[in-house]
Amino acid sequence: MQKITREQLIEKASELLANGTVSCVLGWGAGEFGYDVTPTVFKTAEEMKTGFVFSDFCGANFSKYLVAKTQKTEGKILVFLKPCDTYSFNQLLTEHRFDREKVYAVGIPCEGMADISKIKAICGEGISSITAEGDTFIVTTLYDDEPIAIEASAVLAERCVNCKSKKHVAYDELMGEDGDVLDSGRFDEVARLEAMTPDERFAFWQNELSRCIRCNACRDACPACTCEKCVFDNPKSGVENKSPANSFEEKLFHIIRAFHVAGRCTDCGECSRVCPQNIPLHLLNRKFIKDINEFYGDYQAGAEVGSRAPLVNYTTADLEPGEVFNREG
Amino acid sequence: MQRVGVFVCWCGSNIAGTVDVQAVSEALKNEPGVVFSTNYQYMCSQAGQDMIKNAVKEHRLTGIVVCSCSPRMHEATFRKTAAAAGINPYMVEIANIREQCSWVHKDMLTGTEKAIILGKAAVAKVNLNTPLIPGESPVTKRALVIGGGIAGIQTALDIADAGFPVDIVEKQPTIGGKMAQLDKTFPTLDCAACILTPKMVDVAQNENIRIFSYSEVTEVKGFVGNFDVTIKKKARFVNEDICTGCGACVEKCPMKKVPNEFNLGMDNRHAIYIPFAQAVPKVATIDPNACNMLKNGKCGLCARVCAAGAIDYKQKDQFIEEKYGAIVVATGFNPISMEKFDEYAYSQSKDVITSLEFERLTNAAGPSAGKLIRPSDGKHPHTIVFVQCVGSRCESCAEKGKEYCSKICCMYTAKHAMLTRDKYPDTEVYVFYIDVRTPGKNFDEFYRRAVEEYGVKYVKGMVGKIVPEGDKLKVQASDLIANRQLHIDADLVVLAAAIEPDKSARPLATMLTASMDTNDFFTEAHPKLRPVESPTAGVFLSGACQGPKDIPETVSQAGAAAAKVIGLLAKDKLMGNPCVAQSDELMCNGCSTCANVCPYGAISYEDKEFRMPDRTTKIRRVAAVNPAVCQGCGACTVACPSGAMDLKGFANSQIMAEVDAICK
Repeated sequence: MQKITREQLIEKASELLANGTVSCVLGWGAGEFGYDVTPTVFKTAEEMKTGFVFSDFCGANFSKYLVAKTQKTEGKILVFLKPCDTYSFNQLLTEHRFDREKVYAVGIPCEGMADISKIKAICGEGISSITAEGDTFIVTTLYDDEPIAIEASAVLAERCVNCKSKKHVAYDELMGEDGDVLDSGRFDEVARLEAMTPDERFAFWQNELSRCIRCNACRDACPACTCEKCVFDNPKSGVENKSPANSFEEKLFHIIRAFHVAGRCTDCGECSRVCPQNIPLHLLNRKFIKDINEFYGDYQAGAEVGSRAPLVNYTTADLEPGEVFNREG
Repeated sequence: MQRVGVFVCWCGSNIAGTVDVQAVSEALKNEPGVVFSTNYQYMCSQAGQDMIKNAVKEHRLTGIVVCSCSPRMHEATFRKTAAAAGINPYMVEIANIREQCSWVHKDMLTGTEKAIILGKAAVAKVNLNTPLIPGESPVTKRALVIGGGIAGIQTALDIADAGFPVDIVEKQPTIGGKMAQLDKTFPTLDCAACILTPKMVDVAQNENIRIFSYSEVTEVKGFVGNFDVTIKKKARFVNEDICTGCGACVEKCPMKKVPNEFNLGMDNRHAIYIPFAQAVPKVATIDPNACNMLKNGKCGLCARVCAAGAIDYKQKDQFIEEKYGAIVVATGFNPISMEKFDEYAYSQSKDVITSLEFERLTNAAGPSAGKLIRPSDGKHPHTIVFVQCVGSRCESCAEKGKEYCSKICCMYTAKHAMLTRDKYPDTEVYVFYIDVRTPGKNFDEFYRRAVEEYGVKYVKGMVGKIVPEGDKLKVQASDLIANRQLHIDADLVVLAAAIEPDKSARPLATMLTASMDTNDFFTEAHPKLRPVESPTAGVFLSGACQGPKDIPETVSQAGAAAAKVIGLLAKDKLMGNPCVAQSDELMCNGCSTCANVCPYGAISYEDKEFRMPDRTTKIRRVAAVNPAVCQGCGACTVACPSGAMDLKGFANSQIMAEVDAICK
């Protein structure tokens, strides 16, 4: 289903490794299952040929890995960035989180990534292989004799259904063609939540957030969460590694995190992608983005390096806090 | 653990009347860290302060909690007491149990309960206090005065007389302000020009004063003692240094039909103009909206006739950056627009004018050379009606008027009425009023003279409607004392329009971070005790920008503001505020958010080497706060995404401890 192939990416990486432009490659490595892809550092073309993967399950956003990796690596790092990844890339540059000089960014097109939980919902567990043929996935499982064909569009990850942009906002080199910023319906779901009564909304989030097991995967994957010392790991904070003591506290972790990334979240959707409990965490962040857009005019974090987010900027045209309060919800 | 002493003040009956002070001091005895707790009638008195000093010695106190009035009132007092007793002044916390408790509660039980809670919060905070030591910052010995009316002029002259350089920024081409437009001044009736223009000349000739006319302040950075100000000198298309003010250009300018703002549009001026004969600086200015040469490159007459060669059509706006130690705001006032007052027919009839227009009509240098005429037909008016409080004291008409009293109208209307009767005894003069307010030295005598000696007809009541009919103005009014309706056929109606702060005040207040009230008047640090200082350190207030004022009051305030500025500039160094931001380098991400929000430019970044647990080193970008520049506003602490930034004396942990103590 992806237009760009694994072979093309390996060829590009091999060329850049060979001519000394980069010293290593940040890419997707094979995991235990075909759909189980792990961020991996490749040092040679040979390593890539055996371990590199590019498929419809390569959703991981590598921008965040650059923060730690650029500190440790001599020479440049090659990173493959999908359009949505480039926004996180820019946002991290705005926050001076890594040295741009140490990165060689190759923009790659993306046709949308598949959500394995949606496939599992159709085929059940025990998936032994998934192959893409045109716009169809052929899935074989341990329990079914015949392979199952699934329309790719039916199992598109939620963030890709509402893809905000096929345009790369940062790269050194682009493979394939660049797309446009899309007019996505990504705020429709937020609007639906806003239309609820406070009690309904509370019940909705109570239900969703009660599944949280505090594995911290959302925080660990989030490209906006790059603090040297996270408040939830800081013994001085009083909330370090604390499991929820009651139904109120379990909400706080996610709401604090949403506030923490407000104005900096590029809506890459990694939080929801990595959540093992399928909590739609991106909706919390999108609520903030929607509010910021409505209160201060459209703002896309990461669209350009060095932009001043409305929440940390002041103009005399800013609306008065009372107006925000009066709007409620 | 701290050893905390709690001192509960009665404030006479101010606190003790609604708070059981004995119960408060008893309750706070059991709080963590508290080793001594007492109460006393006046803690701020010498005896009260001695009580604190003795308790520090006797109980070896390390922290002090005073439950009293607002910290704005006596925090400094008690800090000094602590210092005198030998402990760090920043180990003192105030629980405000007066303004925030006794004054807002009527019931003893609830008042006492709240006072105990506020005391507990202060104890919780002081337990986490650490001794702080203030730094010092230098003082730039130059003052900026914004506005060149009588307020700005007087302030600048007084500061300059003390030997400090002063810059005046005036947005008009000349200084002088509203007073330059006036005819006579109450209560002594000396001519405004006669007393103002010598002062304007003094300003021009004073070596310590620079005038930036036709200029605006566009940016203010820094803080008390160290303001960095950008001044935009608007292009006047005339080289100020060369122009002699001879006026040859004005005479030759073919564009003669530009409404003259100095005469409030009652006559015309040329596209190149000098606002009035005594203008300072006496330099011509080209109006870019009217000049043919600037609009379409056709003309150039003024350049040809200028013997000095001062005309420069290519002149650009100039931006000047200067450092100041103190800033005085003297932006003054304007009469409100009469457009919305349809009942007075201001828009329909030329013969309904405002009081300021009346000033120009009676001024010898005005459009009618001082002869009182009807603007419509130039005829001599016989029946003149003055309406007071047009838009003032107008609670029901907030959308077009003001709720406050404009203060000066009663006196100038009496002056107008008296002068009219004096010069034209054939006139009949009515004044409609809600109240006549004439407090002030020789003011009431002045008003009585208008009534008793000059026969001005004062009528208590408001004008309901004015209808132009033929060449008359039909005035319908009520006489509240005689309880009857009046119908007057007037030739001229003069409206005493309410006054409001100049429109430039609001954006200026934002630049200065100086506070304003809902009417856009600048607020003073204390209405009684600090009336000429803004709550923002280093910003002072002069004249009507702070509230409606007449000339005598404006001049006294101008002098007072100057005295405060001189007091500031006379210091070589200012003691800083030690409650400044501080970054925890181990947590800082170097993301620059704090530097972006810092209004003072106090935060910079450095690459610093850190030893990692595995014995490697890592170079990271981290924030560093310049404590001399930081003003402790705390914007960075809330913006910091990683929680690395904290405010000394107001640490997040201290504030959380207070909240916890309150919610316990």
